[in-house]
Amino acid sequence: MSRLERVLRQARRPLVIPFVTAGFPELDSTLDIVTAIAAAGADVIEIGVPFSDPLADGPTIQRSSERALANGVTVAWVLDTVAKLRALPATSAVPLILMGYCNPIFRYGLDRFLDDALSAGVDGLIVPDLPPEEAREYRQGCQQRGIAAVFLVAPNAPDERIVTVDRASTHFSYCVSITGVTGARAEVQARTVAFLQRVRALAEKPFVVGFGVRGAEHVLALGPYADGVVVGSALIEILEQAADPAAAAAAKVAELRAAADQVGDGAQPPVEERQQ
Amino acid sequence: MSTSKSRSVPDKAGKFGRFGGRFVPETLIPALLELERAYEEALQDAKFVQQLENLRADYAGRPTPLYRAERLSEELGGAQVWLKREDLLHTGAHKINNTIGQALLALRMHKTRVIAETGAGQHGVATATVAAMFGLECVVYMGQEDIVRQRLNVFRMELLGARVIPVTSGSRTLKDATNEAIRDWVTNVENTFYIIGSVVGPHPYPMMVRDFHTVIGREVRQQLGAHSIGAPDWLVACVGGGSNAIGLFYDWIDAGPRLIGVEAAGHGLESGQHAATLSVGTVGVLHGARSLLLQDDDGQVQLAHSISAGLDYPGVGPEHAWLQETGRASYASVTDSEAVAAFERLCRCEGIIPALESAHAIAYLYQMAERGELRAGEVVVVCLSGRGDKDVAALAEVLGKGDER
Repeated sequence: MSRLERVLRQARRPLVIPFVTAGFPELDSTLDIVTAIAAAGADVIEIGVPFSDPLADGPTIQRSSERALANGVTVAWVLDTVAKLRALPATSAVPLILMGYCNPIFRYGLDRFLDDALSAGVDGLIVPDLPPEEAREYRQGCQQRGIAAVFLVAPNAPDERIVTVDRASTHFSYCVSITGVTGARAEVQARTVAFLQRVRALAEKPFVVGFGVRGAEHVLALGPYADGVVVGSALIEILEQAADPAAAAAAKVAELRAAADQVGDGAQPPVEERQQ
Repeated sequence: MSTSKSRSVPDKAGKFGRFGGRFVPETLIPALLELERAYEEALQDAKFVQQLENLRADYAGRPTPLYRAERLSEELGGAQVWLKREDLLHTGAHKINNTIGQALLALRMHKTRVIAETGAGQHGVATATVAAMFGLECVVYMGQEDIVRQRLNVFRMELLGARVIPVTSGSRTLKDATNEAIRDWVTNVENTFYIIGSVVGPHPYPMMVRDFHTVIGREVRQQLGAHSIGAPDWLVACVGGGSNAIGLFYDWIDAGPRLIGVEAAGHGLESGQHAATLSVGTVGVLHGARSLLLQDDDGQVQLAHSISAGLDYPGVGPEHAWLQETGRASYASVTDSEAVAAFERLCRCEGIIPALESAHAIAYLYQMAERGELRAGEVVVVCLSGRGDKDVAALAEVLGKGDER
């Protein structure tokens, strides 16, 4: 069983999935930040591969991408960083997922990218501008290598679309909490819960929820309805402002984890039991 | 509207060969499928087609004249140069062909708010115009740098009741304005219709925007016919995203004329500061479609440069990438200074102040003439896609300095 499969199957609470942009705020901060948030209780870590034109991202992640590119981050650098994380005891076992737009991946060469991602120790990929219709080769390439291809489910999707995306995702899907770009929002909308319930009724695979998930209160509100919560922009804001980014990010992740544990105490059955 | 003409491209998935497609965030997929359905239905609806025809005629001012430019012809050595006067349309450019069509679709789809991106401001003005006429809320995204270059158009949009939102990310030009418009659409997809201004973006936009502009080439066919000219030898148009060019070319794709698209070479192709995507770009994905793209080795999109804000775009419509790859059309480029020189020549010898974008197409005629490619008696139709009032202030600055040329 792969690192990712183990984590997905054994969870008895929503997984805590922090997102950090590679090479942000500084090139040499990524190893420290990722090891610190892993130690603080992150279950899966999503690492952003910066792109010049991040269509699905709000101002916070846009800023972090611009900064990372200015710092000199490339696709090859991100893969190399993942390989380094794999060699560190603190992060050797935590599933690492790359989130990046399709153009840098295609430019690198799809097969070459998937080969290098596999040997670096990447567990999964989220490509927000690659819907299932455009992803035949990509999905096949991921499957052949045992890398998770994670597709996104949007709240305005009709039922049949939710099914399409769930079937396309190889391990789990990523539900976008509201129509919009990434970015922290103050309140959880009631319709997000209704959306997640609709996905639960239709999906065969686990799914996580992200976009606008800010803190512990959102983990408590949405956690019971999903298999994981992704926190991105709120964490990036902390990395932007903190004197010690790794410590501040770890403190934030510890809070999220405590909230997730609290949801788990509400006796959410693990995914493998729910699916039987 | 005779868009029922059988189409070989794009296919059902929106592909022009290996170009095109639908590379967008998932939230937009339901919206694009809904738009595609609504568009196909509208084309079958006689009322929609009639309404479009009427607005083109009575509101936009079609058909536009096809003018035989005698003095320009003479200056170029005797080829017959005809100018398709899209600059005489309401709002001063071809863009309104498309915005009328898309606004009608927005109404059909019960959307109350329209958004647009704009570079030179011509598409923004054309969108603000139809939004005012139909009583729709209108928001236009425009790069901060373009706002400075095209102040007049900003004021026009505001007069027409649109809200112009400055975009300060990235290169602060059309590319970034498009990113911002797409982000708005992702956020407000329920009540908002995104009126894309060129033959770019995810399927069905490149097809739909093309269809709304094909009236240009169809009229040229009728108008030349009235002068007993069966087919021209050359069709020439400027290409940023490529909407006026595809509009001119489309009706002639299965026929004889040579099709030439003219891109902006900016400070020169070797300078790295240009917008000549088809000439030197590589395959990539931007703004929802696979096409050619100015990008670096790591797949980051590079900044384009052109003196003309409307051509200042690092991507290009997928159908042009396909027409180039299949060899059906060829693409050339002219520099900023060649475009400015052609701008001045057209003012002086024909009494027509062209948009800087369109001046690129005129400039290419001079290149052709110099190389002896343009033979006496050959028929050339150039799309004069817009008028130059918007560029006069910026030109005064360039021409005032003199040494920049």
